[in-house]
This record gives sequence, structure tokens and C-alpha cells, in this order.
Amino acid sequence: MPPDRARRCLLRLAAGTVAGTSGMLLLIRPAMATPEALQAAIANFTSGAVVGTGRVELQIAELVENGNAVPVTISVDSPMTAADHVKRIALFNERNPLPDVAVFELSPANGRAEVGTRMRLATSQSVVALAQLSDGSFWQHRVDVIVTLAACIEGG
Amino acid sequence: MARSIIHLPPTARAGEIVAVRVLVQHPMETGYRSSSVGEPLARDIIRTVECRFEGESIFAAVLHPAIAANPSLAFFMRAMRSGTLTVEWRGDNGFAHSDRATLQVV
Repeated sequence: MPPDRARRCLLRLAAGTVAGTSGMLLLIRPAMATPEALQAAIANFTSGAVVGTGRVELQIAELVENGNAVPVTISVDSPMTAADHVKRIALFNERNPLPDVAVFELSPANGRAEVGTRMRLATSQSVVALAQLSDGSFWQHRVDVIVTLAACIEGG
Repeated sequence: MARSIIHLPPTARAGEIVAVRVLVQHPMETGYRSSSVGEPLARDIIRTVECRFEGESIFAAVLHPAIAANPSLAFFMRAMRSGTLTVEWRGDNGFAHSDRATLQVV
């Protein structure tokens, strides 16, 4: 993508953000989710609980050629029994316009704690998968991905 | 009318864990793009997907604009008895679509 076109894309997004808000400070706000917005979205999902690292595995290509449909698979190390299973799996990103991607609800009826879908990536960024287990604990896995063709500018 | 696909094996042994893939035709317009004449395109996405086996909810999802067009979901289910898997997609502008597939436990 020519840098000129990327700049116009960003300017247009920025204009949209500013139009919906007011105040000088907000003029420099980036037109995408920020690491803070990502933290806020995660805190909203976990209700502020402590999040451990491990048990969850987020599979996503680290070098993405086309950000319009990126296959992702999230699996959790869990026996999926009535006593010990995964209740919810959530997927977040750092720099799309919104930090949320999807929330999945699972139950022992699934037998295996693994879900897959295809997501959009607006630019190179971190993608975070979280799992909530039946004992109330939260686990996460973060992956940094590089995107060569972004999703946001198609048809823009 | 949207088109959809539910992919699951026609038969399974009791207790076997089978893979399920569901897909529906939908543009998943993010609300962050503009048309060729520069007008913003309104958001039009699928918000929820619910999968029930014989009426019992086994998998559900809430989707956001970061999910790619023609949303595809893959998950697993434990085949305990024969029955019908019903998938229901709901979204913006009153979008509602459902599809079903049967699983035979042998």
C-alpha cells in the first residue's frame, strides 16, 4: 500500500473519531483501539480478576499476508468435565477500531475446549485470547502478529 | 435469504468427540468503512450465534466487527445420542437465520 493512501485512511478514521467527541486533547487520539482500551476490554471480561499466563493456546500466523480473514484457533488445556471445564473463551486485539473480537460460551457438552474462526486485522498488533474456567480462574495467551495487507482500507 | 453450511459427521460412536463447523453468508460490514462516493457505510454484522442439540445449548458466540465476512465457527461436541443440531444466527437490521443438521449415534 502506498504510504500516501495509508495516511489518508488514517486521517479519515481520525476525522470520524474527532467528529464524535469534543475537546482539544481528543484531537490527538489515535483512530484505533489502544493498549489501554485493550486492557479495559479485558478487565470488563474478567471483572478485574487476576489473569494467569498459560493453559490457553492461541494459534494464529505470526506473519499475515491478508488481514481481511485471518484464521485463529484457541484451545484450552481442560478435561471438559462437569467439575472442571472452560466456561468462556474471549478474543481481543490491540489496534483494530474496537478491542473486542468475539466471546464464545462453552460447556462440558463440547468435550474439547477448542474454537476456531476467522478475524480481521487492521494492522500489525497483539492478539489476546482469554479463557474463564469453571473454577473462576482466567488464563491468557498473547501473540504479536505482523500484517502486510490491512483489513480497514478495502473499498475505502 | 442467507445461505449457511453446518458441517458435522453424519454418524459417530457414543461418547466420541466430533468437530462441528458452521458458516453463514453475511458481509459483516464493520461500520468503519466508506462507500466509493465517500459516505460512511452503516454497521451490519451478526451479533450472536447459538447452537443447540435437541434443544440444549451447547455452544454460543457473541461476534464483533473484527470477525471476517461470512463468519465461520469451529467447535467440538460430545456425541451422546442421536439428534438434531440447530444453529441460529442473529444480527443487525433484524437479521435472523437458522439451519439444522442431524447426527446419528451408532
